[in-house]
Amino acid sequence: MLIPCPHCGPRESDEFTYIGDAERTPPALDAPEAVWTRYVFARRNPMGRHREYWQHTGCRAVLAVTRNTLTHEVEGCEIVGPHAATAAGAGE
Amino acid sequence: MTGYRLATGGSGIDRTRRLGFTFAGRPYGGLAGDTLASALIANGVGVVGRSFKYHRPRGVTAAGPEEAGALVSLGEGGRHEPNAKAPMVPLVEGLVADGQNAWPSLGFDVGAINGLAGPLISAGFYYKTFIGGPRGTWTRLFEPVIRRAAGMGRAATTPDPDRYETMNATCDVLVIGAGPAGLMAATAALAAGARVILADERERPGGALLHDLSEVDGVPAPDFAAATAARLTDGGAVVLPRTTVYGHYDGRFGAVERVVDHPGDPHGLPRQRHWQIRARHVVLATGAIERPIVFPGNDRPGVMLADAARAYANRYGVAVGRRVAVFAAHDGAYRTVRDLAAAGIDVAAVVDARPAVPAAAASLAEAAGARLFAGHHVGATRGRKGLAGLTVAGADGGSIAVDALLVSGGYTPTLHLASQAGARPQWDDALAAFRPGPLPEGWTAAGAVTGRYATTDALETGAAAGEAAAAALGRTVAPLARPALAAADDAALTATAPAAPFHVAGKKAFVDLEHDVTSADIALAHDEGFQAVEHLKRYTTLGMATDQGKTSNVNGLAIMAEHLGAPIPTVGTTRFRPPYTPVALGALAGAETGAHVRPTRLTPMHDWHATHGAVFVATGAWLRPRAYLRPGEGVREAYIREAATVRTGVGIVDVSSLGKIEVAGPDAATLLDRVYANGFAKLPVGRARYGVMLREDGVVFDDGTTWRLGETRFLMTTTTANAAAVLSHLEVLLATAWPDLRVHVTSTTEQWAGMAVAGPLARTTLAATVAGIDFANEAFPFMAVREGAIGEVPVIVARLSFSGELAYEVYCGAHHGAAVWERIMAAGAVHEIAPYGVEALGTLRIEKGHVSGPELDGRTTLYDLGLERMASAKKAFVGSVLMRRPALRDPARKRFVGLVSLDGKPIRSGAHLVGPSGRSEGHVTSTTHSPALAGAEIALALLSGGPDRIGEELLATDPVRGNAVPVRVADPLFFDKDGSRMHV
Repeated sequence: MLIPCPHCGPRESDEFTYIGDAERTPPALDAPEAVWTRYVFARRNPMGRHREYWQHTGCRAVLAVTRNTLTHEVEGCEIVGPHAATAAGAGE
Repeated sequence: MTGYRLATGGSGIDRTRRLGFTFAGRPYGGLAGDTLASALIANGVGVVGRSFKYHRPRGVTAAGPEEAGALVSLGEGGRHEPNAKAPMVPLVEGLVADGQNAWPSLGFDVGAINGLAGPLISAGFYYKTFIGGPRGTWTRLFEPVIRRAAGMGRAATTPDPDRYETMNATCDVLVIGAGPAGLMAATAALAAGARVILADERERPGGALLHDLSEVDGVPAPDFAAATAARLTDGGAVVLPRTTVYGHYDGRFGAVERVVDHPGDPHGLPRQRHWQIRARHVVLATGAIERPIVFPGNDRPGVMLADAARAYANRYGVAVGRRVAVFAAHDGAYRTVRDLAAAGIDVAAVVDARPAVPAAAASLAEAAGARLFAGHHVGATRGRKGLAGLTVAGADGGSIAVDALLVSGGYTPTLHLASQAGARPQWDDALAAFRPGPLPEGWTAAGAVTGRYATTDALETGAAAGEAAAAALGRTVAPLARPALAAADDAALTATAPAAPFHVAGKKAFVDLEHDVTSADIALAHDEGFQAVEHLKRYTTLGMATDQGKTSNVNGLAIMAEHLGAPIPTVGTTRFRPPYTPVALGALAGAETGAHVRPTRLTPMHDWHATHGAVFVATGAWLRPRAYLRPGEGVREAYIREAATVRTGVGIVDVSSLGKIEVAGPDAATLLDRVYANGFAKLPVGRARYGVMLREDGVVFDDGTTWRLGETRFLMTTTTANAAAVLSHLEVLLATAWPDLRVHVTSTTEQWAGMAVAGPLARTTLAATVAGIDFANEAFPFMAVREGAIGEVPVIVARLSFSGELAYEVYCGAHHGAAVWERIMAAGAVHEIAPYGVEALGTLRIEKGHVSGPELDGRTTLYDLGLERMASAKKAFVGSVLMRRPALRDPARKRFVGLVSLDGKPIRSGAHLVGPSGRSEGHVTSTTHSPALAGAEIALALLSGGPDRIGEELLATDPVRGNAVPVRVADPLFFDKDGSRMHV
């Protein structure tokens, strides 16, 4: 599987670490126990299109990758977090 | 089979270069260009191995990777390689090979008695014959006997001394297979400017051209192949002969290049090279494999695929027999009749299953002087160790004496890689074969794999595939001139499709030679209800040997279909899985073996340690001094001395491997407050604090001290093991959960050298060498951080204590680490300062009851570790909600305690704690001999209900190592309970 890192270009998935589901919002630190329990332990295992976090080990960018869990086709990949804007600028 | 070397012919051999080799302990001679198989046949060696189950004699049956009979072992000692296929082994001087599965010899084999016991070990015998009987009968009696009798070659038992390496490659067009189709595809793609890799499993590029007697573009076919490959290389294509593309994994191909056959190559080349190739376009030009015919006695040495016999004659100048017959079901096999007759081999008969043989084919039999039996089949074979004759069944049948029988039931396109990539094989009635199903995007197939078997078609479809690939990549394509093939009858002979797969009923009719599966086994599987293709495969082990059913799958399916009275496609075909042919584990490991499995990280002071008696221990990727041995000392004596020195004088330990993360920015304190269980926002500049961080589920993740170097700048330390994980944890939280926080986190582990100076004399030692810092207790209190210099080198000094003694950590730039270390050693010389290693470090922290890696095992909570008071009640932090789940605060959980040995014997790490209940109630995590406690043997442990059981006596039992020690449960803080020693 190739992941097109916006910093580094397309790279083999070997260079990345899977972080987790990007379709969920982390609860506030003081959210009720039931909310945290659901967030930590009730994981979805979607078949098909899925948005997930990966980290590129080399450049350290945290990425939101949209891929098909069935075919491993990658539809999109963007940097998330405060560095998203600077990265987009660097690519121009 | 009584093969011999022909006086002339053999486009692939050099008759002037003789090679010596050994087979089954006997010396033989061969020629440069031979394979082990061709050389054995030339020497008249018929029996090459014994079969898997019945120990029947087996010989060479093919000239390629589909070989199912001639499995051999190569090399000796660590280079021993089992299950090599003799036609795929290039002959080299001094090659040592042996037959397999025979004892005491190939000629006389005791296990052949299994042949008499055949009915006992038919299909599914694993599942039924030996079930029942007293308990343990299977494992003690039957299994060892069967394992010794049945089986393939043996694995080497000593390490492989050869070197392997790994390559990653990308290209525009990957062409798999360098037969006529692959050569043309690569040529066309290269001409259009594409970056091309052409890989082929055989010794030389050319495929079927290498044993073709016709001319291409006015030159002999093998010369055309060589010239085309040379042009490709000159033009910048990467041409990889001897390279098997064995698997497709998520868009990437795995390939193994056999670089040198001579082990221990003098030029230092690796034995094999593993390639991982990613291509924008793939041309599948893998050709087709000839399909044998199933008939009684078809496994006798001397029965061989027809095109293989042609290859042995044309390419290797070897006759597979003196008087041969051909058993065929299609015109293509008559090329063998034609070429063998041309080589001067007596072709006695052609048995063709079809009632009407087309004139183009029949005329070749006539020209060869062979008697043609149309509408007949071979009913039986005879001969003791090799073929001596056969019986032609049918109206005009009879007995014929021959020493080789060349068989061809049709072809099976080599579609394994396409199947691996998800293209389901599709049955083609006209071809009587499976063809690749719709190919993945970016794939094109060309040549015989598409079911077009003529060489002219291969040249044409290959060139077209190369052009299509280049066009798909947006290249401008100028059509390539197609080479002219001067072979009048080739196209005619491959124009008619082979007959549908058929078999001749009878005993000992083998479908899968390698796994000894007969047509009777398939009938049995059918009768017992194992009819679906996946059941058939598992019940009979059809196609599950090292050849993965290359020659047996279609015949097996056809026989099952016949029993079911259904067409072949309804039985289905199993999906092919990698690898196409076996891959040596050494090739997959590459250079990453032994000490090279991962990089070794050394601290800046490593060389000093090495020259001062250190023995090292790997902690994660780091090598750290375990202890510094003085003359006469073992590790135990050394660490006890070192720990005692820290308690009475001064010691120094290298802590450079601790993870270090710079946390900087206006919101740095906020981040720390959220990730640590305890508070950091109010930590003053110039102070350090011990912190514990949790995972989201409330379990302890890591601990360490964090130093506030400025209002917006912190230096966080982590455990050696978790440095990378903590950095990633912070980065991910900042990116995904709190993008509004203005903080940068940067790993500085390798930028800092760190050393802890500990002991009652630590202050006077450092005061003598560090400039710019007042070391007085009031000026530099416990947990304070100061900046100074040692000589010219700026240092940060933090007054921290892991040992419980007066202690300081000194950090400096990594390049100055060794110099600073030596300055401190010099300053401490008057106090007899001693370096100490991780063993003594462990002793000191165990005496103080500090938790470390063995206690932070990913299951323990702050409550379990007795650290719950550290968790701030005033703020929320990662894990704060879930750590308070009631079950995580159950007093019966395994909780942190100390242990003291009652009989003075050492307690073992990992020992289980057993009380009157007789069950394990906990386990020992860390142990040491304690010089500070008058030589007591102490330990730390996690014990159910731990702190409530102080004073209880238990047994720390370690049955694996045969050790049980009576212990008393104690407060884990063994030494200096009020902490006065570190506050002086």
